[in-house]
Amino acid sequence: MDKHVLLIEDEPNIIEAIRFILSREGWKVSAHADGTTALDVIRQARPHLVILDVMLPGQSGFDILQALRSEPGLETLPVLMLTAKGQGRDRDLADRYGASHFMTKPFSNAEMLQEVRHLLGQGA
Amino acid sequence: MVPFNILVLGCLIYVAILFLVAFLVERRAEAARIGWLRSSVIYTLSLSIYCTAWTFYGAVGYAVRSGLEFMTIYLGPTLVFVGWWWILRKLVRIGRIHRVTSIADLISARYGKSNLLGVIVTVLAVVGITPYIALQLQSVTLSFAVFAAETPGWAQADVKWTALWVATGLALFTVLFGTRNLDANEQHHGVVIAIAVEAVVKLVALLAVGVFVVWMVADGPGDIARKIAESPLSEWRPAAGRWAGLIFLSAAAVLTLPRMFQVMVVENAEERHLAVASWAFPLYLFLMSLFVIPIAVVGLEVLPEGTNPDLFVLSLPLALDQGGLAILAFLGGFSSATSMVIVAAIALATMVSNHVVMPLWLSVVARGGKEPGDVRQLLLRARRLSIAGVLALGYAYYRITGGSEALAAIGLIAFLGLAQVLPALLGGIFWRGATRVGAAAGLLVGFALWLYTLFLPSFGPDVVFSARLLAEGPWGIAWLRPWALFGLEGMDPLLHAMFWSLSLNAIAFFGTSVFTFPSPIERVQGAQFVNVFELQTGARSWRQSAVEAEDLLVMAQRILGRDAAQEFFHAEAEAQGKAGLLPDTTPEFIERLERRLAGSVGAATAHAMVGQIVGGAFVSVEDLMAVANETAQIMEYSSQLEAKSEELSRTARQLREANAKLTDLSVQKDAFLSQISHELRTPMTSIRAFSEILRDGAALDEESRLRFSSIIHDEAIRLTRLLDDLLDLSVLEHGQVTLELGTASLRSLIDRAVMSSASSGAGRDFIIDRDVAAEAIMVTTDIGRLTQVFINIVSNARKYCDAPQPRLTIRVRERRGVVRVDFTDNGSGIPRKSQGLIFEKFARLTDTTKAGGAGLGLAICREIMRNLGGNISYVPGQGGASFRVVFPKVPRS
Repeated sequence: MDKHVLLIEDEPNIIEAIRFILSREGWKVSAHADGTTALDVIRQARPHLVILDVMLPGQSGFDILQALRSEPGLETLPVLMLTAKGQGRDRDLADRYGASHFMTKPFSNAEMLQEVRHLLGQGA
Repeated sequence: MVPFNILVLGCLIYVAILFLVAFLVERRAEAARIGWLRSSVIYTLSLSIYCTAWTFYGAVGYAVRSGLEFMTIYLGPTLVFVGWWWILRKLVRIGRIHRVTSIADLISARYGKSNLLGVIVTVLAVVGITPYIALQLQSVTLSFAVFAAETPGWAQADVKWTALWVATGLALFTVLFGTRNLDANEQHHGVVIAIAVEAVVKLVALLAVGVFVVWMVADGPGDIARKIAESPLSEWRPAAGRWAGLIFLSAAAVLTLPRMFQVMVVENAEERHLAVASWAFPLYLFLMSLFVIPIAVVGLEVLPEGTNPDLFVLSLPLALDQGGLAILAFLGGFSSATSMVIVAAIALATMVSNHVVMPLWLSVVARGGKEPGDVRQLLLRARRLSIAGVLALGYAYYRITGGSEALAAIGLIAFLGLAQVLPALLGGIFWRGATRVGAAAGLLVGFALWLYTLFLPSFGPDVVFSARLLAEGPWGIAWLRPWALFGLEGMDPLLHAMFWSLSLNAIAFFGTSVFTFPSPIERVQGAQFVNVFELQTGARSWRQSAVEAEDLLVMAQRILGRDAAQEFFHAEAEAQGKAGLLPDTTPEFIERLERRLAGSVGAATAHAMVGQIVGGAFVSVEDLMAVANETAQIMEYSSQLEAKSEELSRTARQLREANAKLTDLSVQKDAFLSQISHELRTPMTSIRAFSEILRDGAALDEESRLRFSSIIHDEAIRLTRLLDDLLDLSVLEHGQVTLELGTASLRSLIDRAVMSSASSGAGRDFIIDRDVAAEAIMVTTDIGRLTQVFINIVSNARKYCDAPQPRLTIRVRERRGVVRVDFTDNGSGIPRKSQGLIFEKFARLTDTTKAGGAGLGLAICREIMRNLGGNISYVPGQGGASFRVVFPKVPRS
């Protein structure tokens, strides 16, 4: 069955790259660029995995993650956080708010694939 | 024998000279080169508008009828000026500190900024002064008639029209030079100088006629003394009551006549001029009165019986065939009449527009819930219309009364009318217990009695009051007879009216004041006025409030004009130790702003307008206690202590700001590093991802391959640009940049900026409004860097201006070697909370995709301008985003 990955990210080129990598593996990938409406989109789309950027226009990825985790039915949704700031503080915050995994930009495509596969429960 | 045409011609030339003088002076004043034009000599000469045509011509007539009694008109003001230390000094000081615009404004401001009192005084002044203006028109007409009578071909009917021509000409002059500036404290330099010229002309004219009479007609002073002894004038004996009464009346008038208040208080440039005027003005009056008796005596002897003694000054030289002297005398009388009318019209128009038009308009706006528009234009228009209205009223009055005898007595009648303000005025500046209700009661009682006992009966029987009413009282009640009120019979009508109106006025004022309680603002204002010499600061009619300085700026701009308001706000912010245009809205600041506005629209209106914005933050009991304490402690209040505490609070404010800045800085440093990391890693991510895709040799069609490699290319360029910007910024910040100075016209720089930024925000219709003529300024600076700043601002406007029809206005101004360029668009502007941020690195208010840059543009602009010895700032309250670039025209070494 097709797994659905929802990508919350505002850089069009990065969206295109991730979409290319993941859809080649047969997953359905949709993207959303705005922080303020991200939660609604997640609620409606009910994806199997959310890839969430930290720096988003409107609302930060951490805020979205926090809101997500306090909502019944979404506490266990796998969330892969992406950040371009690359500081330890961001990793700590991601852990505290309950991200499933944390990746720093720029990432290697292979790593990204492996992690997504793992989070979707298809890994080795 | 002077042909009438030549007289008319001479008169027109004289008027043209006055226009020219006023015009040149205004030009100089604009260039701030007024120096000697604001000297004590000019001040004294301008005071001479006290001497109207009524004194110029009328004094001789007065002497013929009542001997030396005419002297009282000069003695009253002399006493007031000799004793300037007690009353005048205080009035002038209050006028300057509180930026008083008229006598109505002073009364209104003193009694809690009450507009009711302003209206009462305004009405009183209009009623009292209109006939007085008519009198001046009549005197000009009569003096024309004297000449016309001797020239065949000029019918008297033509002369009737002179009054209309004179009134129109005066209205034109007054509107032209009396309403150039709005702020009364900016003063009417042109008008004042024109009056000073007229003062010299009338003095010279009267002295010339006097010298002619004494040494040419008679055989010197000895002969004159003999003639006086022989004339009926020597039989006159002074009546003590009338003598004292008239001196008192003219002393009161010099304080309360609106035109005197205008030149004495409003137009006063420096307080020390008053000290000179205290002896120079009485000297002027003395010279004006020196030859009155000789002219009267010789006139009686030489001229045929039945000649109007009021025109002896003119008819004597004419009868003795001295054409040139007659013209000079005519111009003297003409000057006396016109200068009085001009200043009276300005003073009355200021009162009418500030106390009647503005409050009405404000209440209409408040009711309609409309946003007030350009108050400045409205006010200027109101003032111009008021001037025309006042003169039209004077002319109408003249036509209706037909230049009758009723006018002759109007000088003293007007004096008494305006003297009704005296109790409220003196009480207001010397007695803290005086209240608004008391002042209103006194004014109304005095006004009513003056109307009933003097003004209305002065028209003669059967005009306003029937002969029967005058003789027997209304409904036959004898003790209500206008000339014998409460059974006080056999008294001179003027003294009778003066006695009743002023005494009952004063009793009503004091009595009511004692039995009523002043409101908080009245108490504050009362303390301020009465203790004006001791209390320089500490006026607190506002409490600290959360009002936005920006809202106040928007309002101030509407009243004072853009530049003046911004300069004022900037200076206030600087005094608080803050940068930029928006000072903290402390009570002291709001108070000063209100006073500044009061200089334009009067205290009551200024208070109401500030109140609309600041809201209900009026005086509290605490503030009142503070004022009370302050007054009690004045003696121990050492000014040193005050200065120190002010300095301390300024230092504290600066320290607070520095501390906040330091804290911000360390947060900023962290944020900066993480921002750089983000800005670098974002393009890297795309580059790495797509290059891996290409490297791993996935099955790609040619189109995708091309697309992916061009993304890599674009992102690499983005990365390079970012690094360039960062390096640029770092070089600029550390001042390691070498400027490449060049000279070019500002116009070419702006041309280039407009052209280069045309690519951003393409496809939109974008109007750029420029004043190309003003841009013709040659500047010496780093042309490339400055253009870079302009490009940045213009392309920002293209990108972010969100108006449906975007328009960018570029305005250039140069002042004292400093060039200022304002870029203002018509979009929604930058929100208040973000205004402090936009010049910071990576401050981007919108999302990345739209901006297309890293958010370093304005930060670089700021650094460039700093390196060029100037600055760039955001100007709030302009209705859109507005950036101001300021730099020296030639670099300072």
